Amino acid sequence: MTDPAATTAAPSAPGTGKEPPALRAVVLAGGLTFEREVSLSSGTQVWEELARAGLEAELRDADAELLPGLAAAPADAVFIALHGATGEDGALRAVLDLAGVPYVGSPAAACRLAWDKPAAKSVVRTAGVTTPDWVALPHSTFRELGAGAVLDLIVARLGLPLMVKPASGGSALGVQKITRVEDLPAAMVSCFAYGDTVLVERFVDGIELALSVIDLGNGPEALPAVEIAPRSGVFDYTARYTPGLTEYHAPARLSEDVAARAAAVAVRVHEALGLADLSRSDAIVSADGEVHFLEVNVSPGLTETSMFPMAIEAAGYELGEVLARLLARRAGSTR
Amino acid sequence: MKTSEIRALFSVVSRPEVVSLAGGMPAVTALPLDAVGSMIGELVSGMGAQTLQYGSGQGDPRLRERICDVMALEGIADASPSEVVVTVGSQQGLDLVTRVFVDPGDVILAEGPSYVGALGVFQAAQARVRHVAMDDHGLIPEALEEALVDCRANGDRVKFLYTVPNFHNPAGVTLSEPRREALVALAEKHDLLIIEDNPYGLLGFEHEPLRALRARNNQRVIYLGSFSKTFSPGLRVGWVLAPLAVREKLVLATEAQVLCPPSLTQYAVARYLDTQPWREQIKTFTELYRERRDACLESLAALMPAGTAWTRPEGGFYVWLKLPHGLDAKLMQPRAVNAHVAYVPGIGFFADGNGREYMRLSYCYPEPDRIREGVRRLARVIEAELDLHTTFDAVDTGTFRAVGSAGRGSQVPDVEPYVGPANSDRYEDGGA
Repeated sequence: MTDPAATTAAPSAPGTGKEPPALRAVVLAGGLTFEREVSLSSGTQVWEELARAGLEAELRDADAELLPGLAAAPADAVFIALHGATGEDGALRAVLDLAGVPYVGSPAAACRLAWDKPAAKSVVRTAGVTTPDWVALPHSTFRELGAGAVLDLIVARLGLPLMVKPASGGSALGVQKITRVEDLPAAMVSCFAYGDTVLVERFVDGIELALSVIDLGNGPEALPAVEIAPRSGVFDYTARYTPGLTEYHAPARLSEDVAARAAAVAVRVHEALGLADLSRSDAIVSADGEVHFLEVNVSPGLTETSMFPMAIEAAGYELGEVLARLLARRAGSTR
Repeated sequence: MKTSEIRALFSVVSRPEVVSLAGGMPAVTALPLDAVGSMIGELVSGMGAQTLQYGSGQGDPRLRERICDVMALEGIADASPSEVVVTVGSQQGLDLVTRVFVDPGDVILAEGPSYVGALGVFQAAQARVRHVAMDDHGLIPEALEEALVDCRANGDRVKFLYTVPNFHNPAGVTLSEPRREALVALAEKHDLLIIEDNPYGLLGFEHEPLRALRARNNQRVIYLGSFSKTFSPGLRVGWVLAPLAVREKLVLATEAQVLCPPSLTQYAVARYLDTQPWREQIKTFTELYRERRDACLESLAALMPAGTAWTRPEGGFYVWLKLPHGLDAKLMQPRAVNAHVAYVPGIGFFADGNGREYMRLSYCYPEPDRIREGVRRLARVIEAELDLHTTFDAVDTGTFRAVGSAGRGSQVPDVEPYVGPANSDRYEDGGA
């Protein structure tokens, strides 16, 4: 692989011993969301990897100190390791755009679309990607039309089992699989605690995949799919972030044609939503080999148990090198 | 929602935007920090040969003497320094006592709710916890006797009763004077050992401390004390007061764990008690906590929706709040995090899965204005949750058409599945 700094910095004169100044990266992690803990873990990993790759890296929270801090000590580019709202919904990126601060990752408008899971599903389906049937409704609809009548329609249309999840957010927080209709009202109550809109989706049985995409300058490249096999059968928050509770296979144990289809889906999603630099789509391969898109993350988890770093490794890259190259590409280029 | 998810939700508490009514952190900034700093500096510069060295497993003799003076304030007049074992916070004291007395499968009686840190120790010892009901006057003696009789009839080995009699964590209530007598009498009658955990006893707002259980019976009560709330939790100095035969076992156990408690912090506490106006400092603390308690109770009374109930602590750190019928504090937590207010769901204070409708509110750390704002946010969260329950609680899924035709749990809908986004862009995407 090429030296990450070489893409943006002038090469030093041979024999002078003078190296170009290291790029200065600010890694954003923390935030004020349910996923703060995961983000801090991701951010620390990114910070360590960038430092190891020779960059001058600083870890910061997205708080009231951020903008003055960036003004006082400008970064060549910012790496956003924030999960959940602000970091993933486009808001922070819009502010960085206003401030003229370059950052790695998708632009604000694309993030806004990807963050809204029902909207992203619509766009992706229009682009020809299969995604489980769904309905997304705010609490007010149930209140105004009668929850019983609306839930009755949902079950009649989508069948059982159903997946009930917040319409935005990650890490599987608030996600429930409903196999008995009598559990549905309580699931709605607990899901609405995460946000005002609930996405109810037809359950698709199959192999769970994480489909990572990176773009190092030659267009979006699908990395090998990572297969997720939680020991409990459910890939919930605990299974995600507790080492040993989930078995991962990278690359996934798929036939060549299914693997190719999964890769095509990942790139199609990335392009259809206008994403940039990196993304991770979650998908299911059903028994017939169909790849069903579930949702996409513009700021994929980068913790030691996260799938994106596994995919990087399975592709033969090194995480620090990839992160440094992504950062070098964005250094100095505002949007 | 599992423990790891709760921990994740708690991670935002460190952000200043969030009003945390969750943690039970003492207000250490109310201490004379300069004086304490000089004192500790002198302990190192002037007495480093002792303060930075190993010490006795049982703890520094001078400190044990002073601990006896502290316990005298709660009526324990007969304690001897030889019966005191200094521990790394009273948490280690509880762990030692549990190790000495409890075998896997043994039963420990504890108030319901009970201190979460104790439940963790008991779980690690593979003990079974049986909760005993309490009310506004603390543990109910009749419920204790019933539990004892019941356990023994079942052949269960009841090793001890674990109780926090003053300003209970999390319930905020205090064991009344008549019940103290009744409890000690029950211990005699049923040959029961009592572990009296008393970190908050000197932090009363309304009256002088009630006489400790240990002051009423020196053979059946093992007493756990702590400087975490009266001085500093960061120093990690607590103690156990136990009859000599037990003390011997505790010293062996602590030597196996930590060799000896930290010398420097023991000297710091002893020096603090010797040279600083510590009783006045406790008054400073209680005034501060009383003001915060008042802010909390006044806000709760003004803002909480009907159906919410809470205890009215006369000291200590905590209010125990019961939500309106049907609400679940744990499931409600994401909404609270969104609203930037944090509390501890009640379920963590029970070993048996109960407590879903409760939460613990701590008023010890935030300033009164922040407490008022936190309660305001919490009230809105509860109201929103009530609204949600109004929408969904009455749903009768038995009338659903999918149920009628194919039975519950069916995976086969009885109508042609609608394919496509059924929300705003339904027609745009053209359905199937």
